[in-house]
Parts: sequence; C-alpha cells; structure tokens
Amino acid sequence: MTPDARRAVLRQSISVAVATGLYGISFGALSVVAGLSTAQTMALSLLMFSGGSQFAFIGVIGAGGAAGAAIATAGLLGARNGLYGPQVTPLLAAHGWRKPLAAQLTIDESTAVATAQSDPAAGRLGFWWTGVGVFVMWNLFTLLGAVLGDALGDPRTYGLDAAAAAAFLALVWPRLADGLARLVAGAAVAVGLALTPFTPAGVPVLLAAVVAVVVGLVAPQDETKEPA
Amino acid sequence: MSPAATWFAVIAASAVVFALKLVGHLVPDHWLAKPRVARTAALVTVALLSALVAVQAATIGRHLVADARLPALAVAAVALMLRAPFIVVVVLAAGTAALLRALGMS
Repeated sequence: MTPDARRAVLRQSISVAVATGLYGISFGALSVVAGLSTAQTMALSLLMFSGGSQFAFIGVIGAGGAAGAAIATAGLLGARNGLYGPQVTPLLAAHGWRKPLAAQLTIDESTAVATAQSDPAAGRLGFWWTGVGVFVMWNLFTLLGAVLGDALGDPRTYGLDAAAAAAFLALVWPRLADGLARLVAGAAVAVGLALTPFTPAGVPVLLAAVVAVVVGLVAPQDETKEPA
Repeated sequence: MSPAATWFAVIAASAVVFALKLVGHLVPDHWLAKPRVARTAALVTVALLSALVAVQAATIGRHLVADARLPALAVAAVALMLRAPFIVVVVLAAGTAALLRALGMS
C-alpha cells in the first residue's frame, strides 16, 4: 500500500469514527432520560457496542417494556452484525484473542469502511481503525451525553441524523457500480421502507438482506464477474 | 424496572448482541470460497447498507417521514457523483439538514 493510499484509509476511518461518535452524545442523553443510570448507559456502549441495538434497548426500557422485550429487540437489531462477519473475516485473518476483539468491533461502520477498500491490506487497516476509532469516540461521547443530558439540545439541530444516513450512502456508493448490486440496493430500499410501518424496528433491514440472499443464489453467475 | 432487573437486561442483551457478532466470525472459511456464496455475502452487505440509508433517512419509529434528511441525502448523492471525499459528503449532508431546520423545516 502506498503512503497516500494508507492516508486515504485513515482519513476515511477517522471521519467515520468522529461522525458516529458525535451521535453517541444523543445515545447517552436519551439513555439517562429512559431511566438507566450512567453506569448502565456506559455498560451498553462498552459491552453491547452496536448503535441500533442500544437505541432500541433504551427505547423499550423507556417505554416501560419488559426485560425480555428489550433483550429480543436489541438482538433483532444486532443480527445483521452476524451477517457482516463472513464479509470481514477473509480480510482480517484474525486468530486467538484477536478473533473475539474483531467480533466486538464488527458493526455497520467498520464493515462498510473495510469492504469499500480495493485491496485486502487497505480493508484490514480500515476495519481496525474504524472499529477502534468508533469504539473510543462512541464511548467518550456516550459518557459526555449521559453526564450533560439535555444541556446540549437535540442532535438533529446539527443535522447529525442526516449525516448518519449520508455516511452509509457514501460507504455503499463504490459497490453500486455493478448492475446486480444496484438492483439489490433498489430492492432493499423498497423492502426496508415498505415493511417499516408493519414490523418492529430492525426487522425491515434484516428482511432487506433476504432479497440479497435470493438474488445472490439465483441470479446467473456470469452477470457479475467480480463480487462487489 | 428495578436497578437489578435493568442490569440483568443490560448484561443479557449485550451477551446476545456479542454472540451474534461472534457467530459471523466463526463461519468456516471454505464456505466462503465458493463464488456464489462470496457474491451473496457481498450483496447482503449492499442490501443491509442500502436499507439502512433508507430507514435512517426516511423513517421515525414505524412511520415513513419526509423531513430535512431527504434533501440532505440528495445533496450527499450529488457530492458523491462529483467524487467529493467522504468527509465532505457527510459535512454537506449535516449542514444541509441543519440549515433547513434552522429555516423551519422539520
């Protein structure tokens, strides 16, 4: 990898870590409002470390839901992390103590940065820098949010919710050069939005993945020479 | 919920989420060597990320919502077509949404 390519990966990883980390402020603030202590809030960011699952968990607790419902919802939203594993393991070749560490850092952002790179070395660099970067920033800002609470105001004022969507768009963008991938992306958007009113949070995104499984297994092999 | 019950839920849910992550890392390598499986795994990532973009940009809870996030996402898409760097895309989207909300959009 050239120094320039290396710098580009690090720049992308750090941008993602900062953008995602800032959103941790809103998680920390909302968690305390939902009735969790600062220690419980930090335990979620350190141990669960999956934004969607964490927001869903405090949402259920805050609404007075049972422990079982909170656990199930968090699991449902976290299930996609399990689908990311097979994408990043060939890049990482992690063994021993690195394997559970890599697993804990396998989230939307680290997978997206890792798989957006053109060669495995850049992908590996992107995975670790983004994973560790998001972990550090997410936890620091969770703590800040839990301590400061509502004093900072609504993160939407700063457009941070739009930033999250734009970040994922930018990360999936390089993969959309392939026709089959574009087809799957369009179908996934349609499925995700169509199911949102009718299913619990997390389910629409998971069912969108079913589209990819069906297309990937059924579509003729020669339509795409190289997996995106 | 009592503090003890909340702690139980926090630990149990974290364990479930971690177990799901770990399962993905324990899939045998030779499963992935088949081109069709490798292609499917790549398409699954595309589908998950695309659905996440849609859900994060156009829903609140179980409702479909059109607010300042949609024009912000459109600005991001234009920036990507013009090959803008990642951080520029994200900052432009955040700035667009923040500006539109300052002007009174939801």
